[in-house]
Formats: sequence, C-alpha cells, structure tokens
Amino acid sequence: MEQSWRKAKSVFALVLGPPLFWLVLFFLIPLAIVWVYSFGTNIGLTQIAFTGTFSNYTRAIEPLYVGIFVKSVGVAALTTGLCIVLGFPVALAITFAPDKLKAWLILLIMLPFWTNLLIRTYALIAVLRDEGYVNMTYHWLWTHAGGLMTFAGLKPLGDFVPLELLHNNFAVVFGLVYVHLPFMVLPLYSALDRLDRSLLEASLDLGAGHARTMLQIVAPLALPGIASGILITFIPALGAYLTPDLLGGPDSQMIANIIERQFKRANDWPFGAALSFLLMYMTFIAIALQAVLAKRNAGAKA
Amino acid sequence: MSAPQTAAKAPAKTIISFENITKRYGKVVAVDNVSLTIEEGEFFSLLGPSGCGKTTLLRMLAGFETPTEGRILIDGQDVSEIPPNKRPVNMVFQSYAVFPHMTVAQNVAYGLKVDGIGAKECAERVEEALALVKLEGYGPRKPDQLSGGQRQRVALARALVKRPRVLLLDEPLSALDAKLREQMRSELTQLQDKVGITFIMVTHDQDEALAMACRCAVMNRGLLQQVATPSDLYEFPNSRFVADFIGQVNLFEGQLVVDEPDHAVIDSAEVGVPIYLDHGVTGATGSTVWAAIRPEKIEIYKRIDGAEMIKMEDAPQGHNVVAGTITHLAYLGSETVFDVTLMTGHSVKVVRSNLTRWDQEDFSWDEPVWLSWHACSPAMLTA
Repeated sequence: MEQSWRKAKSVFALVLGPPLFWLVLFFLIPLAIVWVYSFGTNIGLTQIAFTGTFSNYTRAIEPLYVGIFVKSVGVAALTTGLCIVLGFPVALAITFAPDKLKAWLILLIMLPFWTNLLIRTYALIAVLRDEGYVNMTYHWLWTHAGGLMTFAGLKPLGDFVPLELLHNNFAVVFGLVYVHLPFMVLPLYSALDRLDRSLLEASLDLGAGHARTMLQIVAPLALPGIASGILITFIPALGAYLTPDLLGGPDSQMIANIIERQFKRANDWPFGAALSFLLMYMTFIAIALQAVLAKRNAGAKA
Repeated sequence: MSAPQTAAKAPAKTIISFENITKRYGKVVAVDNVSLTIEEGEFFSLLGPSGCGKTTLLRMLAGFETPTEGRILIDGQDVSEIPPNKRPVNMVFQSYAVFPHMTVAQNVAYGLKVDGIGAKECAERVEEALALVKLEGYGPRKPDQLSGGQRQRVALARALVKRPRVLLLDEPLSALDAKLREQMRSELTQLQDKVGITFIMVTHDQDEALAMACRCAVMNRGLLQQVATPSDLYEFPNSRFVADFIGQVNLFEGQLVVDEPDHAVIDSAEVGVPIYLDHGVTGATGSTVWAAIRPEKIEIYKRIDGAEMIKMEDAPQGHNVVAGTITHLAYLGSETVFDVTLMTGHSVKVVRSNLTRWDQEDFSWDEPVWLSWHACSPAMLTA
C-alpha cells in the first residue's frame, strides 16, 4: 500500500490535494487569523491592531472568566457522568435485545439526529416551561389530588406553584444530557456488542452474580468504549452554546456564550479569540489525556 | 496410578440424571425427550453431528438454558430453579472465555474470590490448580501472551480450582491444532483420573469421544440414539445412524429370511449372496433389516477367473463370500483402503492392514477379488 502511493505521487497529490486545499483555506487560515487576533488590541470599531500583547490572556485568567471555565468543565463533566449512568443500561439493553429488535432500537437512539438541534431545543422549552407539558401534567395531578383530599375530608393542598424547570442550571444540564446521550450510547453499544458472550457466562458459571459480572468483567472490557463515549460527550458539552443560551438562566452562562458575546455584542474580537483558544487548548488536553490512558491500557495488555 | 482410581470408582453412584428433557426454540425441537444418567467419576461424552442438541443439553446442565419439559437432577436434587452461579458444576467453554483483562492467576482466582475464600488459601489453591494443568509460573502473564493450548489450560484450572462436582467441557479440543489435540486427549483423561471429578464432554469428533470417554451418548436431531461404551458403540451399534456416525461401515439392506436361536440369514440384493450371522436375532422373518460390516472385518483375496469360489469355514457354502473388482485403492502406510465394486454394482469398503513390507504389492487397480467375512462380523440393525 505504502509502496504504491509513493510510486504514484501524482495520483496521491490529486486525491489528497483538493481536501487539503479546502482545509487550509477555510480552516487553518481563519484559525490562524483568530490566533493572531488573540494577541491584538481593538482600535476603533472594526479595526484590530496586532500588538503582540498578552493582555487578552491575562484578562481571560481573571477570576470571573476562570470561574466560567471551571463551571463549564463542571457542567460538561456532570453531563458526561449522567450520560454514562443513563447510557450504560440502554446500551446493555440493546446489546442483549433480540437481533430483530436491535436495528430498531439503534434507529430510535439515532432518531433525534434527524431533527435540527435548534428545533429540538425549542421542543425542550415547550416541555419544561411553566405552561409546558411537565407542569401541565403536574398541575392536573395537583388539582385532582387536591380534590381527592377535600373529598376525603383532609386539608386541601393550597395554590398550585409550577416547578421551575427552565432558565436555570438544571435546564442546561438536562438539555445537554438530552442532546449528548446518543453520543454516549452508540460507542458503549459497539463496545458491549463486541464482547464475547461466553465471558459473561464464564463469570456466572464461576459463581459470580450479575452485579459482580457487570463491574468486574463487562465494565473493564467496555472501557475503550466508555473512554471514547466520554470524549465525544465531554468535548461538545464543554463548548456547548445553544443549550445554555436557550435553556439557561442568567447564571448558567458557559464559556461558549461568553465567547459569542465578545464577537457580537461586546465587539471585542481579540478577547473572544483568546478565550476561544483557551477553550481549544482545554479540549486538546482532554484528547491527549484520553490518548495517554488508551496507550497505557494497551501497554498493560501487551 | 490409574488402576486404584478405577477400582475406587467401582461403586457407581448416579450424579446427574436428565429426566425426559425436551427443549424447544419456537417450533424447533433442539432436544427431544432425552433421559440419561451419568455416574460419579465418569468421563462421559455427548457425541453427535452439529445441531444434534448435545451443546444445548450441556448448557441446560450448566444453567444457561432452561428445559421446556423435564427436569435435571444433580446429586438427586432438582436444579431447575437454581441459577448457573449456584450450581455445583463448572464449564470449560469452547472459546475458553479466559478473561482478557486479568492475569492467569487472577483468572483462576476469580471463582474463589467470588466464594469469599481468604487470600492465603486462594493463592495456594491457584498455585495448586496451575500446577495441575502444568502452568506453574504462568500466574503473572496476561492471556494474550499465551498460546491457544495454554489458554485452554487456564480455563481448565479456573474451573477445577472451584472443585466442582462435575466439569463440563464444550468441544474442548476443537480450537487446537491436530498435534496438540492428540496430546491434550491423553492429558485430559489423565487429569480426570487424577482429580476424580466427573467430566462431561461435548464433541462432534467421534475419534475424540472414543479415545477419551468411559461412556458416550450419541445424539441425532435432538434424540438420544445410543448410550454405550466406545467399543460397544463401534461393535454393537443399535441403528444405522450410530453405525455410520462412529467409524466407517458397509451397510447392506436385505430381508431376514432365517432367524434361528444359533444363526440367522439375511438375503441382500445389494450383496448378491446371503449374509450368514452366527447368532439369532429378535426380528420378524421377512422384515427389512440392515447388515453393518466394518471395513477391517472384511477379508480380501485375489480371484482367478474360473477358479472355485472360496468357502468360509464358519458359514455354509455360498454365504459370506462375494466376488468383486477393485475400483480404487488408497495406500495409507499402515493400511490400505480398497473400494470394491460387487457384481451387483454395490460398492464395498475394505481396509487391510499392511502386516509385512511386501503387502502393498499384492493388489492393484481393476483386479478381480473375493471378499469374505466371518459369521460373527456383521451387526444386524433393524432401524
């Protein structure tokens, strides 16, 4: 394989050229421009002077922004954790479902991808808001329970107060889990599906219960799937913009919302660029961490 | 070592009984009304072609499948309601199912840790089990550093360390190469002798079953065909299926024409001469029966045209001797396999040991021959 493309250099260039050109022109160059901006200063409304200053970065590590970064990492980590807790049983159920049912279950998991994220998020608003479906059901139950209690001669429940489900941190985490769950379920499923069933049977045969089999056999062997699930859930959750923007309250801003504000309302591109790159470095660290862990895992095996 | 062990086995005690076991998957009947008892200390083999239900039977014993009908007793106790992790049986899986993320020692210790056995005793027993399967010093290794044969030994040690009442082996040798398979056959029987645990092995390989087992159960299409010792299966099969499945056989269809207490005669259009048996059978005269004759129990002689037909001393003139022509021969070193076509057009397989170094020169292709067999050689089958 290697030999052949080395010989046919022109073919190789022809195949690799266009996408490479595309990537350089529309990805690397703009990224470089933004990177340069992060060392610049705003002069006037639209002009940015490259001054080589680190002031944007020093401003980014002010407690206010560090706090936002920490909070974003926290929200993303919580989201990822909840996705594992919710996704693992789902993936397990699909793995052990009859073959005919499997394809349909996977389709159900992927179904949300067919709808635009914005629409899905608005749909979530319709579910969570004060007059939303959850509160509607809750109100109905409240009224009827109250009626029943009056009927039974007990003190009535008092006035109905809707649950505060929207425009707070709960809504943000809820929305992020909702959006990212399929990204966790699919790699988990593919890892679990590859698992040799006789390993589970062997564990049972040796006297282990189902819980021990899950913890000591299934989970360790599904670790690569769990790791890639964590990565592809954590990274987009860390940079989430739409969900905190639409579902969050004033105190649930995440780093992407701050960055957006710099580029738009605050019109401070250099600072926005600096924040963007800090976010990107954090993502790199997460990927590197996963790679190191994977390598150590593989090393322990060999 | 084997002699006293065998003697100790003498008072046979039933350890496992299958009582009218039927297993259906939808409309498919995997196991059909099988009743079977296995004695303590036996090396028992479930033998049959793939899809005959032997593995299903084993998995029901381990608890991974539930019988649709019937019940299974282990030590006289109905195990229907007992989950696999509570049964006194352990299994060696076809794929070995050695946990890849654990070392050899951790694999073997797994079942002991589950039982809450202390670290010290656990380490001792792991050591002991690894020694038993000749894997001393392999404890710290990971399974992917082991060969297929070694992985199987780990699976064996892991099951034996639990000191089960019965060890189940699902096609234990099928994943090994030919040479290793041969070696593991004798090692497994020696191991069984040493630990004295009842072994139940599932295999589709008749050689394996004959070479290793004390008794075999032959299954076909979910039905139990015959349960017997290896030599009884070979010499006294009870059906055409068993005769054909175990080793090679020539089957001749015919009518039972004489049925006396001390002899019987089968008239077979396929052979062209009557087949004489030196024992009576319990068949109705006139019914269709089959004579099964093993290829090595047929003798082959040169036939010169015009010469008188040879006579077998234990059969009347004209019985058990038939003329034919060699249509194919395969020299296999220790023996030669002949395909002989009879005057009737029926083909007969004959195996002849090459007892001297000049034997192979005796016969050649297209040579006319006599085939003959003793009155005690054919087995008569009614099914």
